[in-house]
Amino acid sequence: MTGYVVGRLFAAIPVLLAVAVFVFLLLSLVPGDPAVLIAGDFASPPQVEAVRQALGLNLPLLPRFLAWAGRILSGDFGLSLFSRIPVSQLVAQRIEPTLLLSLMTITIAVVVAVPLGLVAAYRPRGLVARLTMAGAVLGFSLPVFVVAFALVYTLALGLHWFPVQGYKPLSQGMLACLHSLVLPAISLSFLYIALIARVTRAAVLEVLREDYVRTAHAKGLAARKIIARHVLSNAAVPIITVVGIGFAALLGGVVVTETVFSIPGLGRLTADSILRRDYPVVQALILLFAFVYVVVNLVVDILYAVVDPRIRY
Amino acid sequence: MAMTHAAEGLDAPDIGVNRFAQIASLPVRQPILALSCALLLAFGVTAVVSPWITADPAALDPLNRLQPPSLAEPFGTDQVGRSVFARALVGTRVSLSVGIAVAVLTTLIGVCTGVIAGYFRSVDKIVMRAMDAVMAIPAILLAIALVALIGASPIVIVTAISLPEIPRMARVVRASVLSLRERVYVEAAITCGGRTVTILHRHILPGAAGPIMVQSTYVFASAMILESILSFLGAGTPPDVPSWGNMMSEGRQFLQIAPWILGFPALMLAMTVLAANLLGDVLRDLLDPSFAGGEMR
Repeated sequence: MTGYVVGRLFAAIPVLLAVAVFVFLLLSLVPGDPAVLIAGDFASPPQVEAVRQALGLNLPLLPRFLAWAGRILSGDFGLSLFSRIPVSQLVAQRIEPTLLLSLMTITIAVVVAVPLGLVAAYRPRGLVARLTMAGAVLGFSLPVFVVAFALVYTLALGLHWFPVQGYKPLSQGMLACLHSLVLPAISLSFLYIALIARVTRAAVLEVLREDYVRTAHAKGLAARKIIARHVLSNAAVPIITVVGIGFAALLGGVVVTETVFSIPGLGRLTADSILRRDYPVVQALILLFAFVYVVVNLVVDILYAVVDPRIRY
Repeated sequence: MAMTHAAEGLDAPDIGVNRFAQIASLPVRQPILALSCALLLAFGVTAVVSPWITADPAALDPLNRLQPPSLAEPFGTDQVGRSVFARALVGTRVSLSVGIAVAVLTTLIGVCTGVIAGYFRSVDKIVMRAMDAVMAIPAILLAIALVALIGASPIVIVTAISLPEIPRMARVVRASVLSLRERVYVEAAITCGGRTVTILHRHILPGAAGPIMVQSTYVFASAMILESILSFLGAGTPPDVPSWGNMMSEGRQFLQIAPWILGFPALMLAMTVLAANLLGDVLRDLLDPSFAGGEMR
């Protein structure tokens, strides 16, 4: 088990390194002199030169990358070009809403999608199965902001059940906070539900064909026990996998959803920083999102071994 | 085996049945296939002919602004009195052309990458790790970052949307190639001293054609979604071009009083993407019946 975990950990490093190289090169794609950009519009030539020296922008590519990576590893992401606040501080202020929104979305998605997929597999010709599969295609076909506006139009503007936009921080009370996140989380979970429901259905269908399920039925085990002990535990690996893979789509969706609902989270910060060309913030956020994605999938890999002992190769 | 089934379902036995009857009975045999093809065809025709059949999408008519849908203006008018109908029809052009361009570019690069990784095992690890890295960055983020940093020209938009799609195409192709290169006929071709290029071209690629086709349909669909998101966030198609994303972005301020400004382009986008996704699903089920019903993309 330890060997497996360590192996997975080492496999994640090249991916992160490649992301870092990519994010680093992103800045060199920008037209213009990065030192002038970072020093700001009102900097005098000596100040620009000082920035160039301090950030090592006069060095060749490889030493410059190493210097940059060294600063990142020590937690120094530079200053925001827009607000002149350290990027790490800016990002830390925005984590709460995004974290809560992601957790809520995953919870909604798993709670809705797994039972739907299960029923759809058990009764492949039933109404639930047909509706689930049709809904899944629809979920793949609607951009997240369209779902969001449909929900806002009906549930917020029409029925006044939820606020149209805005976010109440946790400090104003747990319930108020969660209430302000319901619509964003539902719109964000749409695609995720589609993804998980389809995979659950396919995985369960696969397991239902296995001999051990027939045996369990034959020996008269209650259907509920068969589902819990034999079907779900064996279908778990693909389901967990797709939760991990879908996480990238979730993080991308956060950027759009937070913009639509004016939630002051990391997604909104990303969209704003990109439009303001605040490069240090953009670099830090892309790195952070990629890091979270890699860590989530690392956890998924480790969960495999917990769920399915055969995988500890 | 996969191919023979496809042949049964789509375009074959000519014995005793003429081709016209084959096509005429398609809506009965494959209603979803026929419907999605018809929808995509309709949108394609709309994209081509829309500038000649609609009113000027940029014509202002401030006196008739924010008018609800009527007989004269089936989709209503927007905040400066432009025809939402004309703009939505012309907007088809942007979405479809971006979708097609991304699908072509992604297929070209993804197939090359996948074939190289799947066939030449020595570079597999490096290539696939690079692909993993691209996949670790959320597609939307990668695309808006590239477009915002470099500037929104059509080429940049298409490249930025293609980049996050390439790894998935490469993975699909690599998986096919990995299984195909173990086939006896490929081994035979290698043993006979066939040139690598010939083997890839004659023996490997045709076998992978089905999954490639299915995946490019999905890429086409998701490219249109990404394009609309880019426009919506203000990092895509320039705002003066009537694209569905731009229309929805402008319409959001008027959601309460004039939902049609946002609603109709959203509906058109959803229908196009839905048609493409359904086409992909049907093709996949026809090409590989063992997957019928859905699994991971």
